[in-house]
Amino acid sequence: MTHGIFESGADEPVDSEELPENSRLIPAIEFRDVELAFDDQVILNGVSFSVHRGQTRIVLGPSGTGKSTIINLILGLIKPDAGQVLLNGEDISDFDDQDLMRIRKKIGMVFQEGALFDSLSVYDNVAYRLHEARLPEDEIEHEVTRMLRFVNLEDAIDKMPSELSGGMRRRVGIARALIGDPNIVLFDEPTAGLDPPTARTICELAVKLRDIEDVSSIFVTHEMNNVEFISSEYALIDPHGEVDFEPAGNTFCLTNTCVMMLRDGEIIFEGREDELMALDDPYIRRFIRGR
Amino acid sequence: MNLFTQFIYDLQAITLLFWRAVKGLRKRPRYLAEMIMQMDQIGVGSFAIITLTGFFTGGVIILQSYATLEYYGAQSNAGQGVATALIRELGPVLAALMVAGRVGSAISAELGSMVVSQQIDAMRALGTSPVRKLVTPRLIALIITLPLLTIMADLFGIIGGGVVARSLHGLDMNIYISSVRSGAKLADLVGGLIKPLAFGLIIGLISCHRGLSTKGGTVGVGISTTQAVVTSSISVIIADFFLSKLLQSLFGTTLF
Repeated sequence: MTHGIFESGADEPVDSEELPENSRLIPAIEFRDVELAFDDQVILNGVSFSVHRGQTRIVLGPSGTGKSTIINLILGLIKPDAGQVLLNGEDISDFDDQDLMRIRKKIGMVFQEGALFDSLSVYDNVAYRLHEARLPEDEIEHEVTRMLRFVNLEDAIDKMPSELSGGMRRRVGIARALIGDPNIVLFDEPTAGLDPPTARTICELAVKLRDIEDVSSIFVTHEMNNVEFISSEYALIDPHGEVDFEPAGNTFCLTNTCVMMLRDGEIIFEGREDELMALDDPYIRRFIRGR
Repeated sequence: MNLFTQFIYDLQAITLLFWRAVKGLRKRPRYLAEMIMQMDQIGVGSFAIITLTGFFTGGVIILQSYATLEYYGAQSNAGQGVATALIRELGPVLAALMVAGRVGSAISAELGSMVVSQQIDAMRALGTSPVRKLVTPRLIALIITLPLLTIMADLFGIIGGGVVARSLHGLDMNIYISSVRSGAKLADLVGGLIKPLAFGLIIGLISCHRGLSTKGGTVGVGISTTQAVVTSSISVIIADFFLSKLLQSLFGTTLF
């Protein structure tokens, strides 16, 4: 990955495993006819899609339509009944625990409520992956500070999760997910229950990752505000080195963002946000309007 | 799912958990610091309740049996009775039951809370095996500390018996100590230490399994915790019977 705003220390990324030269041609995430059922209940039915490097795929749908299942399949926490799940060209469907642990180290995951470890401070939460890798403490400290700066939470480094607000917990969760510079980041409803300005901050982080860090991501949500922001604004670095957000407007189209909507385990829409908004399908209209 | 199917399912899950925990021992990182912290919490943290339980159990044995011993003129064997009862049975079982109540519930509640707040999922997502990080250190800590706690329960039980025999019945302390020494056989001591090893494993596996299979939010944590304590306690008592029988066969004695 590139090292735009992450490059404050000019160090090599922690996980030095580089992607192959042709990695832009190989999707970072690819689902091929994935099927999954629990007992008689079909969760996913022939789901196929791909996410290339630097792309964000927003997954929409009401609760219980299989959105979080997609994330669990990518992490290898559950295995598909049929079909293939490929990450950077590797089929992980039949991987054992050992191989999955290796793959997971290259994926960042942002949970709905942050899922911070209660017994660890913000520093230790963000440093978790690096402590596990037994890296020298000074290197860990540098990386943690860099990530907390990225999410604007440097001041909270010594706090415990119980002292943080909901939005701060999510941002620490994002910093923890980004440590080690993963090339895939998964967001599982990261703005659920947050006030609009905080939700926007979380979306800005997702946009920064997409546009500046070249990270491939899946953003599961059921909030249309998130969809609108991520699909219509882009991040760039101004001449002073600060990150700025600009609306795409009519100037150009953000081709690196795709919206996908699920219904009963099947993809019922795949395309741009404006195409989704223009649809007359009653189910989609009801979802968009929220009633 | 009926009770029998549930039992078979749980047995399979616990066996798999045990196998994965053992396999985890071979791989790095080994979480030594976590293991030591668990030993401190389980061992040092349970010291007070174990010694109190042992002390008063030894005392009550003398309180209840002294009149009978006196009737048969066998007061000088009071120490032997306390030592034998504590070292063979009461020490290991009472220590295990106290640890199941105090530590088993804590393990199950902690792991259960981590499941419902997605911390276990986060751990997996960060490339760490929860079994290696959470289960293996707790199992090892229990297997190491429970025999040590049992020794303390035995020791304080014998002291408690001695205090009651001396203060309430005026038994000479030298007679009591001599009787304890003649009552404590090597086979008793070995058997009394093998049992807590097995009990530690049982409590650890059941509590971790219940915690990790928690479902349904905070209510689920409560249910898992109750199930962990009840199942561990019953399993300890059942296992005690079979272990006693096994030890009898191994040592060729009917003393266990």
